[in-house]
Amino acid sequence: MSAAYEEKQILDEDGIRRALTRIAHEILERNQGTDGLILVGLRRRGVQLAEHLAGLIAQFEGVQVPVGELDVTMFRDDLDLRGTRPIVHRSSMPAGVTDARIVLVDDVLYTGRTVRAALEAILSYGRPRQIQLAVLVDRGHRELPIRADYVGKNIPTAHHEQVEVRLREVDGQDEVVLVRGAAG
Amino acid sequence: MRRKDVLDLDDFTVDELNEVLDTTEAMKEVLSRPIKRVPPLRGKTIVNCFFEASTRTRVSFELAAKNLSADVVNISASGSSVEKGESLVDTTRTLQALGADMVVMRHPHAGAPYLVARELDACVINAGDGWHAHPTQALLDLFTVRERLGSIEGRKVVIVGDVLHSRVARSNIWGFATLGAEVVLCGPPTLIPQGIETAVAEGLHRKMGNGVHKEHAAVRVQYDLDKACEDADVLMALRIQKERQAGGLFPSIREYSRLYGLTRERVAKAKFGTLVMHPGPMNEGIEIMPDVAHGPQSVIEDQVANGVAVRMALLYLIAGGQGGKV
Repeated sequence: MSAAYEEKQILDEDGIRRALTRIAHEILERNQGTDGLILVGLRRRGVQLAEHLAGLIAQFEGVQVPVGELDVTMFRDDLDLRGTRPIVHRSSMPAGVTDARIVLVDDVLYTGRTVRAALEAILSYGRPRQIQLAVLVDRGHRELPIRADYVGKNIPTAHHEQVEVRLREVDGQDEVVLVRGAAG
Repeated sequence: MRRKDVLDLDDFTVDELNEVLDTTEAMKEVLSRPIKRVPPLRGKTIVNCFFEASTRTRVSFELAAKNLSADVVNISASGSSVEKGESLVDTTRTLQALGADMVVMRHPHAGAPYLVARELDACVINAGDGWHAHPTQALLDLFTVRERLGSIEGRKVVIVGDVLHSRVARSNIWGFATLGAEVVLCGPPTLIPQGIETAVAEGLHRKMGNGVHKEHAAVRVQYDLDKACEDADVLMALRIQKERQAGGLFPSIREYSRLYGLTRERVAKAKFGTLVMHPGPMNEGIEIMPDVAHGPQSVIEDQVANGVAVRMALLYLIAGGQGGKV
């Protein structure tokens, strides 16, 4: 079983840095600065990406944008299909959400179901002025009418493939790889 | 968590206890949101069967279930078909047939939830059975201590009072001992079960195998409260259950209070920053003095507040277990 897959690197460390730099600039441009902005990372790797983006924005603008952390597990629509309930981690929201501009940050956009859950979860904190979506990778195959406002890289994929985003804080190195599993 | 029922903590592993406590932290954050409702139990029906009086536990379970978007039905013995003589198993089977996915049960007789759990596909949570067990109270006590002190392992936890009749004490002994605390039981000899130290040690050994040494006494008995208080991290007073004291197990309430009441002087003998706990309802002036119950060391209100989050965690986790149709 273990021999039946191969990995292909799509983005290396520099590639990820350049993509995030561009997204940070796009966020600032679209929102005309940092006023009322909150970056909300979706657990788990979205949180690290949101912190990266906040670091870059601090470099460009000299302003520290608040970073929130959201665990959307309890809002998922597939809980009953999974059997044993996944671990829920504590979410944290650094500032009031009502009237804020929220940028949801996640590593991979695929079916769109995680983002749907995140939209519902964020509304339990209040009514934001706007919610935007930033992802490092968009791999297609949407099952819901959801699109990203900021995309690091579009990667055409097949269903049986997997996109793995690896980040130094979690995985020891920064890279994005496409994993081809044994079909089916 | 892979279990259908929560009947006591005697069969909970260290990992399971930590899973509940970690999930409780996430649930506490949910309770701090402007909208405290999350959807994981949407479409599930939870029946609260309280065959014995209760305010905090019943309300706490009801709020927990509603915060998770479950549908909740409350029944009590009076006004239900139990009054007409229907058996417990038949009553709960009927509830299951009506669509109950989980049954939360409080019953005056020890073991009643075990009987129901065996007969039903629905999850059964014990909300207190006779003198036997009250696992969700113990879980919220564990959570309160971990939250306040940062850890449970190695802490000295003194449980004072009528241990003999206390389901809270029994479940707490299993919980604290499993997580490596030193549990000291204190009270009049007539209210401390004989041989409880060895019974707990053997139970832990059975559960945790070689990780626990048979001869290691996780539980000690100390009849002198002043001595028991020395170096204590937690002082937990139990309610003197006046309704269960007909047998004359101690000479008088006044003597009990003098020897085993938590006073400011006794709390001062414990560690700096010790926690004072009580499962409620309190007899202030008997087992705990009002200035202690409402003093700076008291976390009694935390216990009540944490009850909702702990029960949310448990309901969430149990809904994904191996239980029949849930």
